[in-house]
Amino acid sequence: MSIPIYGLMAEFEKPDQLIHATEAAHAAGYRRMDAYTPFPIEEVSEAMHFHDDLVRRIVLVAAISGMITALTLQVLGSAVDYPLNIGGRPLLSWPAFLPITFELTILFAGIAAVLSVIVLNGLPQPYHPAFNAPNFERASIDRFFLCIESNDPQFDLSATRKFLEELHPVQVSEVEQ
Amino acid sequence: MAMSEPLGRAGNIERKEPYIGPGETYESITNNISDIVLVHPKDTPRGWIFGFAIAVLVLFIFLYAITDLLIRGVGVWGINIPVAWGFDIINFVWWIGIGHAGTLISAILLLFAQDWRNSINRFAEAMTLFAVACAGLFPILHLGRPWFFYWLAPYPNTFGMWPQFRSALTWDVFAISTYAFISLLFWLIGLIPDFAKMRDRSTHPVPKFFYGAASLGWRGSARHWNRYEIAYILLAGLSTPLVVSVHSIISLDFAISVVPGWNPTVFPPYFVAGAVFAGFAMVLLLMIPVRSLYGLQQYVTMKHIDNMAKIMLATGMIVVYGYLVELYIAFYSGAELELALVQNRLFGMYGWAFWALIFFNGVCIQPLWFPQVRRNLPALIVISICVSIGMWLERFVIIVGSLSTDFLPSSWAPFTPTFWDFLLYFGTFGLFFSGMLLFIRVMPMINIFEMQVLQYKEDMKREAEQQA
Repeated sequence: MSIPIYGLMAEFEKPDQLIHATEAAHAAGYRRMDAYTPFPIEEVSEAMHFHDDLVRRIVLVAAISGMITALTLQVLGSAVDYPLNIGGRPLLSWPAFLPITFELTILFAGIAAVLSVIVLNGLPQPYHPAFNAPNFERASIDRFFLCIESNDPQFDLSATRKFLEELHPVQVSEVEQ
Repeated sequence: MAMSEPLGRAGNIERKEPYIGPGETYESITNNISDIVLVHPKDTPRGWIFGFAIAVLVLFIFLYAITDLLIRGVGVWGINIPVAWGFDIINFVWWIGIGHAGTLISAILLLFAQDWRNSINRFAEAMTLFAVACAGLFPILHLGRPWFFYWLAPYPNTFGMWPQFRSALTWDVFAISTYAFISLLFWLIGLIPDFAKMRDRSTHPVPKFFYGAASLGWRGSARHWNRYEIAYILLAGLSTPLVVSVHSIISLDFAISVVPGWNPTVFPPYFVAGAVFAGFAMVLLLMIPVRSLYGLQQYVTMKHIDNMAKIMLATGMIVVYGYLVELYIAFYSGAELELALVQNRLFGMYGWAFWALIFFNGVCIQPLWFPQVRRNLPALIVISICVSIGMWLERFVIIVGSLSTDFLPSSWAPFTPTFWDFLLYFGTFGLFFSGMLLFIRVMPMINIFEMQVLQYKEDMKREAEQQA
């Protein structure tokens, strides 16, 4: 007992069992928990009441900055720094600048979408305590896990274990830090 | 609540054909797809080794053709004045069009909630990447001094010059590099959770290490999936207008010029349709042999093949409509030059190419109206080859046909491709196929987690049916 544990991990066989367990854990007042699934299941993050708009906002900001970058670049390049008088045509010919503006908007937004999901998820993360759970290699294949973390204010080793065992898991195990 | 889905119109309880074979589980999906990759190098299928050997050989022919070009210059090609754009630009447009099917499958079908795309999107995206790589080389090699290709990019330089941002050729640089980069990102982000599966499935420490590193430590956390799904949908939403814009901009290379036959306003939409048309032909051409060689009939079902054939038919008919509109507008305008152009296109020096293109793109796809043909693999291969040839001829007709007979009869000149034109075109298949074969060997060619989502939905439907 000298090492504090990371949490209690319950392993489930079916996705709907996990959805039900997550809902029950949230209803019981647990907040610091996470579910691990082989594929995205919308209902699980809904059951955890997890909402994060940050990715969308970052992408919007990146898209706008891509647009501004492209317009600035083209206006400075064609009208200010290197003006070419071709038959007296206007230097600030903005309609001709739209294709590149569009492309850079998409480019910036796309890079932001990928980078923000990686950074906000804290990846790359070579070590995580969840990997210590027995049978966890099947979390990416066909098993569904729910971990209630030990830093949850309601966490109590025996009470939480009892709570999880009532949800019909395959097994409940302590996860080392 | 889920009952309404399987019930068809008028309470007909006939179940839709599923997009995944019967008897699959989450585990069997993971194992069957990842085993193709995790097989010991000594047990690599003979067919793969044979194919890869040929692909690498052709890749070396490609490098040989490029080396000769770099040493002797673009004079080795058949291009001349007025036909300054020859095979290189034809091949460029042809390859990039093929890539568009990948983005259509991965992005547009995702937004339309077409679940069947889950089985083919990874493969089609890889095809996009290698097709864009092949395409991107041609305009660079056509520059004359390809080692100065970076002059196309806007950067502060000692010449004190900027690229001409009003030129469609500069738009091309931005469109294609953005397209290549976004396609790469889309493909890579889709691979992260699958790399985690490969890491957990592999027993040997070497693949375990590499797949572990590539997965970035993905552990399938619900919070991570939530952000991941948001980003994935956003990327699909961004790629959808992007793919339309890329081929539209390529069509503007022609359409904003004054060359006869290059400036109809129908160009952007019909270029995009033609790109998707050629792309689906290539997906079918690659997917049919791969699915039988690797026994993927459970995941890429006849229903998938049927759907792809339908899209090919629909886009093909749009393309044919484009040809007819062009001819009709010429007659409707009554403009002398337009009529001369049609006369030249139909019966001129390259008239044979026009009629061949009508045959390959218009006539050959008509059997696809019949369901029996859409589910007949040899027939589909033949039709797909016809479409690939037809779409290549389309660009030949547009580029060579128009350039060789300009407004000024005194400058008319025919175009004769040389040995090096053919060799370089042939060589790009080496680049394309060696890339595709390497991809099949080291990465799961079907998106495992999306197949599991498909299975999850099928299971839910089945349960709802049983309850009903």
